[in-house]
Amino acid sequence: MADLTDLYQQIIVEHNRSPRNFKKLPHPTREAEGANPLCGDQIKLEVELDGDRIKDIGFQGSGCAISQASASLLTGAVQGKTTGEAQALFRAVHAMLTSAPGAAVDTAGLGKLAALGGVRQFPVRVKCASLPWHTLRAALGSTAEPVTTE
Amino acid sequence: MTTVRQAPPAVNRPAFDAEQVRRDFPLLQTTMRGHSIVYLDNAATSQKPQAVIARTERYYAAENANVHRGVYELSERATAAYEDAREKARGFLNAASAREIVFVRGTTEAINLVASSFGHKELQSGDEVLITAMEHHSNIVPWQLICGERGATLRVVPMNKRGELLMDEFARLLGPRTKIVAVAHVSNSLGTINPVTEIVRQAHASGVPVLVDGAQAAPHGPIDVRALGADFYTVSGHKMFGPTGIGLLYGKAERLEALPPYQGGGDMIKTVTFAKTTYADLPARFEAGTPNIAGAVGLGAAIDYLQPLDWQAIQAHEADLLAYATERLSAISGVELVGTAAHKASVVSFTVRGVHPHDIGTIVDQEGVAIRTGHHCTQPVMDFFGIPATARASFAFYNTRGDVDALVAAVRKVARVFA
Repeated sequence: MADLTDLYQQIIVEHNRSPRNFKKLPHPTREAEGANPLCGDQIKLEVELDGDRIKDIGFQGSGCAISQASASLLTGAVQGKTTGEAQALFRAVHAMLTSAPGAAVDTAGLGKLAALGGVRQFPVRVKCASLPWHTLRAALGSTAEPVTTE
Repeated sequence: MTTVRQAPPAVNRPAFDAEQVRRDFPLLQTTMRGHSIVYLDNAATSQKPQAVIARTERYYAAENANVHRGVYELSERATAAYEDAREKARGFLNAASAREIVFVRGTTEAINLVASSFGHKELQSGDEVLITAMEHHSNIVPWQLICGERGATLRVVPMNKRGELLMDEFARLLGPRTKIVAVAHVSNSLGTINPVTEIVRQAHASGVPVLVDGAQAAPHGPIDVRALGADFYTVSGHKMFGPTGIGLLYGKAERLEALPPYQGGGDMIKTVTFAKTTYADLPARFEAGTPNIAGAVGLGAAIDYLQPLDWQAIQAHEADLLAYATERLSAISGVELVGTAAHKASVVSFTVRGVHPHDIGTIVDQEGVAIRTGHHCTQPVMDFFGIPATARASFAFYNTRGDVDALVAAVRKVARVFA
């Protein structure tokens, strides 16, 4: 049975309370917005690229603890990475979030992001965790349309 | 249902035996996540008594045929069951005639029907449709669509911070270009019981018809559309202990007769040639295609179940649940109630400081407590209060003070998770 402590791990609660990189960038080169109409989560990601490298990243918005903590963890994880490395991280997180509850997941290389894996036990909440990641992919790609989880 | 209800003093415990009626609802006997289920999402949909489940099954097992067309015994039986349900619906709403009852999918379809048919006939460029700040999206979007098409303007009656309509503003906005007023009888996200009788009186004094969205009122007792004076009244079967996919549009006969058809097809015609079609009389004119026969029959069974209940005792019971939930939730540190109108149905929307309602919903679900979290299809209401969403507990007559206690214990756990 799903356990609340899988979902609201200490690191999630802490990042929700004190989100990292919750800021507006002075010189963003890429940005994207995402929304989860189910619960009203909204996020705006701004990225400053230096060549192919993510020099700075910030997010703004509001939403549930899972979406806010996921966004906060994301910004910490991709800072200083190349866009290719960030895309690889997106794929790894996405694979973790969408794997069957209980299935073995390779969290090697995910670091703190592994804490998001508990969301798998709560299928209706997976979109909350994945929203910032889809928004990141939109920011790094050419998608001009706002991202929605629907 | 009375349009004004007061909570009795807490010491005056109601006589309605909720524990007894709970036994009629199979789903309420089940467990959820290891707990006896505490179902507090009745404003989204209600549970079904065994009588409704059994009647729907019996229809399919013994009476299923298409209606209004077979000359054989079975079709006559299905038609009789369907029309019998219409008569029961007439009784529940106290309509003058069963001709005034149109079966629809639910309130959403009922409002779309009126907005489209009335709008195409009556709305011209510069005309106005008057709704309120607390409408469900289903009583906003259909009017936006038809206003956009006809060049008409949607006007909105504002409310105060308690979630009560500003009746002075209503009187001011009800102007010479107003062609129809559409208002919720009871707000789904705030619980406010609106002064619909007064709204109808003022609108009629200006010659303006009124549609009342009764989706959240019908679960709390029989409706008297004639006392109310509403020109149109809409309900959803699934919110009043009946099946999903069936609902009622009541319309005064002279109002319905004046409307053009909504959908075309079988059953709604008298004669069809390629040159010209003549339409059926009421109510068939608005029921194109094979209807939801089983749904109608099941809704009839729900009405049969509801009619003999002691509604005065139920209203006292629900008022007690509302007062008790309001008192106990308010006592929790960080809890803010959203919607504190003087006259409310048994709906309690709330927020917990620093915690998104979606997290509240997940945590209380672990305790077997089912509540709704989100914007409740009333995004303008959320915008008005400056919040993204609320948690909402909505009570039916089968809920108990024990259910409130379970909710309160679960909400207290929210603070511990986020401590």
